Amino acid sequence: MTRISEAFKNGKAFIAFITGGDPDLETTEKLLYTMSEAGADIIEIGIPFSDPIAEGPVIQAASHRALEAGCTTDKLFDLVKKVRKKIDTPIVFMTYINPVYTYGKDKFMSKCNEVGIDGIIVPDLPYEEKGELAPECDKYGVDLISLIAPTSHERISMIAKEAKGFVYCVSSLGVTGVRTEITTDVGAMTKLVRENTDVPCAIGFGISTPEQAADMAQHADGVIVGSAIVRIVGENGRDSIEPVREYVKSMKAALN
Amino acid sequence: MEGKFGEFGGQYVPETLMNAVQELDKAYNHYKNDPEFIKELDDLYKNYAGRPSNLYYAEKMTKDLGGAKIYLKREDLNHTGSHKINNVLGQILLAKKMGKTRVIAETGAGQHGVATATGAALMGMECEIFMGRLDTERQALNVFRMELLGAKVHPVDSGTATLKDAVNEAMREWTKRVDDTLYVLGSVMGPHPFPTIVRDFQKIIGKEIKEQILEREGRLPDAVLACVGGGSNAMGAFYEFIPDESVQLIGCEAAGLGADTPKTAATIATGTKGIFHGMKSLFCQDKYGQIAPVYSISAGLDYPGIGPEHAMLHETGRAQYVPITDDEAVEAFEYLSRTEGIIPAIESSHAVAYAMKMAPKMDKDKIIVINISGRGDKDVAAIARYRGVNIYD
Repeated sequence: MTRISEAFKNGKAFIAFITGGDPDLETTEKLLYTMSEAGADIIEIGIPFSDPIAEGPVIQAASHRALEAGCTTDKLFDLVKKVRKKIDTPIVFMTYINPVYTYGKDKFMSKCNEVGIDGIIVPDLPYEEKGELAPECDKYGVDLISLIAPTSHERISMIAKEAKGFVYCVSSLGVTGVRTEITTDVGAMTKLVRENTDVPCAIGFGISTPEQAADMAQHADGVIVGSAIVRIVGENGRDSIEPVREYVKSMKAALN
Repeated sequence: MEGKFGEFGGQYVPETLMNAVQELDKAYNHYKNDPEFIKELDDLYKNYAGRPSNLYYAEKMTKDLGGAKIYLKREDLNHTGSHKINNVLGQILLAKKMGKTRVIAETGAGQHGVATATGAALMGMECEIFMGRLDTERQALNVFRMELLGAKVHPVDSGTATLKDAVNEAMREWTKRVDDTLYVLGSVMGPHPFPTIVRDFQKIIGKEIKEQILEREGRLPDAVLACVGGGSNAMGAFYEFIPDESVQLIGCEAAGLGADTPKTAATIATGTKGIFHGMKSLFCQDKYGQIAPVYSISAGLDYPGIGPEHAMLHETGRAQYVPITDDEAVEAFEYLSRTEGIIPAIESSHAVAYAMKMAPKMDKDKIIVINISGRGDKDVAAIARYRGVNIYD
């Protein structure tokens, strides 16, 4: 039983995303403790990338702030190592293939293993290219988390069959960001996932309100929220700890 | 493996786009052998774009430099003023066959944007162009041209507000609306099948050069020179000559203020292996894989990567890549204008600049072909500013 699969045993999982190093590493550290205390079942840390093609304006701006503030992959590894001594919440990295590839795939995954990273989400690494990282992920016990999208259709079963950790169901077309309405038939997507795997399924992209979370949770084992939290951090900077705590609490409460 | 050039290439895109790139691949593989498609495209090339483009013997330049014979492949004479139309007509015709009703594209200098807007107007497609804010300012005339042709131009403010950011935004837009839309990528880059499709639609340049030079000189040239950003005009000029090992293939990169300064866009000279914009290739980046904010006077070469097939030609040594600075390119721009009465695009001027270095050292019986990928009218205001003269665009 991995930390990730354990995280889905506590009712519907709430998966919280923040951009690492936004506005600075000290705040990220405090936010990690806070989100864990407030009920986040899994935490995603975005390693900022200069050109985040799957992100909307909110997370683009956060990545930019983090890089401007001097955040690097090594600093985030150090941070996770420190945080790991205090919290047991599963932590996954979300980043693009280039920062991982350029760092050195083996070195990157070995560091993940060393500091206690449980999984990695790479939005620009589709099923056909996952051989780029899968051997290193397997070698060091890091779950390479697969994504499915509203356009995946007949690809879902193929992707789900080989999924590790959890399946990330992208709720909507386009990039990350808060949406007032999610029009995709996510129920149909997650049903197909479940027919092909026992790995849990979480829905992300566009979810911001407790009502949306509760609605999406009917179709899945968890929900992922990024932009809504990153927006709170963007607006409050170093003072975002308490507003994020309240937000995470309200979202977790809405799920169960 | 399909879509790979040695270890380079691939299909590193978000899952949302996978069905779209695979659908495009399938459609292309079908239509590239479809006699009707080939006939329609040939007709567009001939009667709309004005192909074949001339191969012009630059006699004055040859005499002035005192070395190898210099020929200019006049892609600047194509409709819309650059080689970009070759690829655009192919891709938009393909989009139409696929039942798409809308095309989107990135543009740097605006040449690909103008060509796409033109093709879209001709074939009755909705068209939206993404262009870095900085580029909309340095190529303001092209923005108006695109609008005149019925396209909507979106200035892109993210990142460095140049070509790479325009590609980011076009990719984001494609994930938002994929069913009725084809992303008409402008260079031999991006995820498979784009590097192959764009090369195939551009290889007519080299094919014509070969026929024309054989007719004129009865032999192959000793060197073919082209500027390289993403690398579409170079790939088009080189491809036909790859098996002819006596022909030196030389790509001229934008070194900006110098390949040894941070203000450069010379990917082969300064880049390292990475995976970005859907492809494994060479990129200007730091040790953490953050893409570098590159610089060149030429908006069309101001890109931190290079197409995967070029990365392979570099690795295997089949092609050489040389950095050319802003200063050298501007001098070549002025030189060709003065010497031959041909104003080349500032992009193409990078290739002219290398010919000016290379030709005098070669024997008089040697032959160089320079691909003049576009015309320089769009650059006149920028060059004037470079020389300290303020004129309106």
